[in-house]
Amino acid sequence: MSEVVIQAEGLTRYFGRKKAVDSLSLSVRRGSVYGFLGRNGSGKTTTIRMLLGMLHSTRGQSTLLGCDSENLTPEVKARVGYLSEGHPLFTGMRIGEHAEFFRNYYPTWDRLWLDAALARFRLDPKRRVGTLSRGERAQVALALCLAPQPELLILDDPALGLDPVVRRDFLESIVELIQTEGRTIFFSSHNLADVERVADRIGIIEEGVLRADCGLDTFKENVRRVRCRFREGQRPTISLPGLLRLRWLENEATLTLASFDESRLDRLRELGAEEVEPVDAGLEDLFIDYTAPLSGRV
Amino acid sequence: MRFAVNPSSTEPVYAQIVRQVREAVARGVLRPGERIPSVRDLALQLVINPNTIAAAYREMERAGLVYSQRGKGTFVAEISNSSSAAERRRLLQKHVDALLTEATHLGFREEECLEMVRAAAKRYRLRESAHE
Repeated sequence: MSEVVIQAEGLTRYFGRKKAVDSLSLSVRRGSVYGFLGRNGSGKTTTIRMLLGMLHSTRGQSTLLGCDSENLTPEVKARVGYLSEGHPLFTGMRIGEHAEFFRNYYPTWDRLWLDAALARFRLDPKRRVGTLSRGERAQVALALCLAPQPELLILDDPALGLDPVVRRDFLESIVELIQTEGRTIFFSSHNLADVERVADRIGIIEEGVLRADCGLDTFKENVRRVRCRFREGQRPTISLPGLLRLRWLENEATLTLASFDESRLDRLRELGAEEVEPVDAGLEDLFIDYTAPLSGRV
Repeated sequence: MRFAVNPSSTEPVYAQIVRQVREAVARGVLRPGERIPSVRDLALQLVINPNTIAAAYREMERAGLVYSQRGKGTFVAEISNSSSAAERRRLLQKHVDALLTEATHLGFREEECLEMVRAAAKRYRLRESAHE
C-alpha cells in the first residue's frame, strides 16, 4: 500500500452554531485521483480549506504530505498545488505577469511546461486577465496551478463554468498529470460524468458528514438500481436493508439499494415480484438517490 | 481494435475493457501475439484514469488473456484453459441454460434457435481453439 498523502481525523468545523463539517475522517493515498462530491453547501470547500490550513478546525486534525495542516511548512506548501473555487486572478494583470509573480514562490516552477500549456490553449501571455472569457480564465488558473509540477493537487470545483470542449481538455490534463509516478489529485466537482472518467476513489459529503468513502468501482457495485414488476394492482410494502429510494409507476417499482447483493433480488421475489432486474445507472443517478432530501426517500 | 467505454454504465470501466478484449480475442479481431496499447496510451485515448486501465490489464493478465514483456508491452496470449473437460462443460452449461431460457420465453422453436447459434458461431474462433 502506498503512502497516505492526505489524512483527516474527526475534522469538525462550526460556523456559529451551525456545524459545517462533522467529524470527517478520510485518507488519500499517493497516486490516486479522489473525487470529492457533495451538493452546494454540503461542506466541500470548508473541508478543503481546513486541509490546506486556511481555516482552523473546531475539532479534529489533518495532515498534508505528513505535515500538520495548521502548520504547513513553506517546503510542503511548494509541493502542493491548490486551485480555489471560481479561479480568482488579478484582472488588471497580464497572464505573463501572473507567471512571474507566482514562480518566485515555487522552486520547481516549470517555465517551459507553462509556455507550452498556454500555447496549447492559444493564450497570449501578454493578454490581461480582465479580457479573458470565463473558460480562458479557468485555463490560465489551472495552468498556473500546474506549473510548479505539484505532487499533490487540490482542486475546488475546477470544471465550474467550463464548456464541454475546455472541460475535456482539462480532463486530459488530469489523465496526463497522474501518469507521472507519485502524483495525487483531490478534486471536488458537480460534474459526475467527469468524476467517473478520472477518479478512482470518491467521497460523498452530505450536510457536513462524509457518507461514502470508497473506490469508484466499489461504489458502483454496491449502490445499484433494481426494477421489479408486480402483478396488476399489487403494491406490497417493500422494506429492505439499505433501501435508499423507492419509486412506483403503476405496478412497477424502481429501487435504489445501498448495499446490493443477489439475496436482495430473492427477497423481492418473495414479496411477489414477477420480474426483477438490475438496471443500468450512472454515478449521477446514484449520487442523486444517495443525497436527495429525506422527503424524497421512502 | 478500437476500445469504446461508457463511464456512466453500471459495469465498471475496467470490466468493460476486459470484456471487450475477451470478445475481440474470441472473434479473432485480436490475434495471439498481437500487441495491445500501453496503459498510458489507452488512458489518454479514452480519457480515463490510468489506474483504472492498469486494473483492467492486471485482471487480464491474471486471467491469462494477455501477458506483458518488460520494456516491450502487453500482448494477447494464446487461448488456453487448464480446467478439466467436465469443468469446462459445467461452466458453459450455465450459459446454454440462460440462452435457452430466453429463447423459450421469446417463443423460438428449437430448430430456429440452433440455426442462429450455428450462424453466429462462424464469427468466432471456436474451431481454432486449443480444445477442439
